[in-house]
Amino acid sequence: MGVQIVVFAVCAIVALLGALGVVFARNPVHSALGLVATLFAIAVLFVNQNAQFLGVVQVIVYTGAIVVLILFVIMLLGVDTDEDLDTEPLLGQRWAAVIVALLLIGGIAGIFFVEGRGEAVTGQVAALAPIVPGIPSTDAQGNPTTAAGVDTFVRALPAEQQQAIGEQNITQIGEHLFTDYVFAFMITAALLTIAVIGAVLMARRPKRYEPMPELEDTSYEDVDELSTTGEVTG
Amino acid sequence: MDLMLNQFLFLGAILFCIGVYGVLARRNAVMVLMSIELILNSVNINLVAFSTMWGVASGAVFALFVIAVAAAEVGVGLALVLMLYRNMRSIDVDRVDLMKG
Repeated sequence: MGVQIVVFAVCAIVALLGALGVVFARNPVHSALGLVATLFAIAVLFVNQNAQFLGVVQVIVYTGAIVVLILFVIMLLGVDTDEDLDTEPLLGQRWAAVIVALLLIGGIAGIFFVEGRGEAVTGQVAALAPIVPGIPSTDAQGNPTTAAGVDTFVRALPAEQQQAIGEQNITQIGEHLFTDYVFAFMITAALLTIAVIGAVLMARRPKRYEPMPELEDTSYEDVDELSTTGEVTG
Repeated sequence: MDLMLNQFLFLGAILFCIGVYGVLARRNAVMVLMSIELILNSVNINLVAFSTMWGVASGAVFALFVIAVAAAEVGVGLALVLMLYRNMRSIDVDRVDLMKG
């Protein structure tokens, strides 16, 4: 318990500093490195909460794939120059953003600290306890058939066995994923396929003068004209 | 069993607000995407905290779905940024006002 709190404190500080780095760094590459720090700290928090599988997935997917993709795009576009933060095209945009963020954090802090120091949250959860676990579904031999049934089955066991089963995090996740949430799982597969196809279609450089050359040329002229007029007026 | 639920929820809330600030205030499209990643991660923190408190893996499964959706989102978003740069020679989101009335 003591170790958990110390790990939480260290990781929370690292995550918050990394997040502030993401938001306030002028160079996009520094922002990406701050994002790596935040994501890694969150992965450690997951492991700290006995969600080892999620921690590993977090490191592989976020730090390994997403941040590297972002860095590739930054490198490809050559936009790793400092953003001009001193001029504001939209008047008062940054102060409006600060006010919105402070209002959000103030509201949430109000819920936590005004309403009896978090008693409201845990009290509601305790009130929900008889409703949420769902219908225990077991077969004739009393063996669980769905993940909800597995949960009820696990809850009925003695504490030490429950601890041992709770540590089999991947097994539990797999049971939920392929019984209760199998439809969402398939939809996610379709979503990923569609996203890959869409990304390839959009990022593909069209062959010059092949599909509709005059349309493409006019669009470029339009864009140039609009951007120059935009600069004149803005 | 010590439940550190409130601390985790508070950390998630602060990360969410930092991400909202980034989305609203930054003009670089890649920075906006990174701020959206921060927001999604704060949601994941909440999901895993509740999952641990209940001792049920449903929250972890939801976090897994959020990670998958985030991967899809960042792939499509970066393709959009590439296309934007190819057409406008800039990824400043404030300059993409072609549909402004």
